Amino acid sequence: MNSQKTLDTKGLACPMPIVKTKKAMKDMESGEVLEVQATDKGAQSDLAAWAKSGGHELMKSEETDGVFYFWIKKA
Amino acid sequence: MALKQKQASEVATKIINQQELFILDVRNEDAYGDWKIEGASVTSMNVPYFDLIDGVEDILPKLPKDKEILVVCAKEGSSIFVGEELVEAGVENVSYLSGGMKAWSEYLEPVKVGDLPGGALYQFVRLGKGCLSYLIESNGEAAVVDANRMIENYTTFAENKGLTMKATFDTHLHADHISGGKALADSVNGTYYLPEEDAGEVTFDYTALKEGSTVTIGEVTIEPIYSPGHTIGSTSLMINDAYLLTGDILFVESIGRPDLAGKAEDWVQDLRTTLYDRYKEMAGELVVLPAHFSKMAELDEKGRVSAKLHDLYQKNDGLNVEKEEEFRKMVTENLPPQPNAYQEIRETNMGKIAPDEETKREMEIGPNRCAVN
Repeated sequence: MNSQKTLDTKGLACPMPIVKTKKAMKDMESGEVLEVQATDKGAQSDLAAWAKSGGHELMKSEETDGVFYFWIKKA
Repeated sequence: MALKQKQASEVATKIINQQELFILDVRNEDAYGDWKIEGASVTSMNVPYFDLIDGVEDILPKLPKDKEILVVCAKEGSSIFVGEELVEAGVENVSYLSGGMKAWSEYLEPVKVGDLPGGALYQFVRLGKGCLSYLIESNGEAAVVDANRMIENYTTFAENKGLTMKATFDTHLHADHISGGKALADSVNGTYYLPEEDAGEVTFDYTALKEGSTVTIGEVTIEPIYSPGHTIGSTSLMINDAYLLTGDILFVESIGRPDLAGKAEDWVQDLRTTLYDRYKEMAGELVVLPAHFSKMAELDEKGRVSAKLHDLYQKNDGLNVEKEEEFRKMVTENLPPQPNAYQEIRETNMGKIAPDEETKREMEIGPNRCAVN
């Protein structure tokens, strides 16, 4: 999936994946897609809940070899 | 004032003693809606931590003044983050739950149920998950019934009292939590008892728990009573003709569900017979001790969960359904959701899969949901 920016939060524990995602999103334009990589299991449901509460669209998420990938489109 | 750390044991003491506690739960809304810390003296408020990353000013007016505020999250990272923000904002008396909901899920509070010849019977209350397990002590010997995965709770307890662990029992193959029965028995070279009818797919050695084969611990007799319905093998344990450990067949406010092995229709009649014939013939004075509770209100002032059998025949709705058809509907239709990861938990308890500790923790997150309502 195409993204304008990639954020690596692998190895970081809650709440850092979301703190960093939020910061990265601030510098992006509406409609752009951010790819987030995380290893914290809690990030799965928290990123989805955060995106929803901010109106962003979680376009896709998948897990490969213990790494979670998320693609979030900025509102 | 700095952010303080609170252990799950301190929170448990507050809840059992019904001391006021204000909780700011910063997990996401779904996680909070599914499962949270409860109690008669607990007030809780849910604001996800990701809404508090830029500051806590918005929620300050909603927080109680002059009361301790306990911040809770899944593990503890986010509660420390939010707790520190609160401290910086000038809020006094803020603490966080060490280990978060994971630690809460794993905490066991041992309480004495009553005396036995040469010893006593203890209930281990898993407040965060509603699981109840038991330790029988007599003349320096001990046995554990429906042990949880965190077996060091029982070994430490036994060591402190100088007891030798002889045996562990599972009243049935559990679907809501990972059993510590086999691991605990192996760690003390004791015998692990499991009902044979539930052990068809079990991959390790066990001793069949059978009606007629009484086990003696010190001076205390443990008499197995076949009482199927939650599972086909479900076996109750009568302790010294005084206590009836009912497993997941009969609870204080509810009855067991027959569907967690996918055979609800087949097992309804067994459940009916156990509850409406078998138990009914037993002495009403027996103290019923189940393997679960579902509401904190079931705990008495010492934190115990128990009831006299004849009282349950008066008060428990599940024991007062006259028509068989109505009973069938009650236990097969409109059941609550199944426990989290219940299939994987059953397979783990059979020894078919061996997840790592972290995965086991994740599998057990959430309420037990072994009752019909």
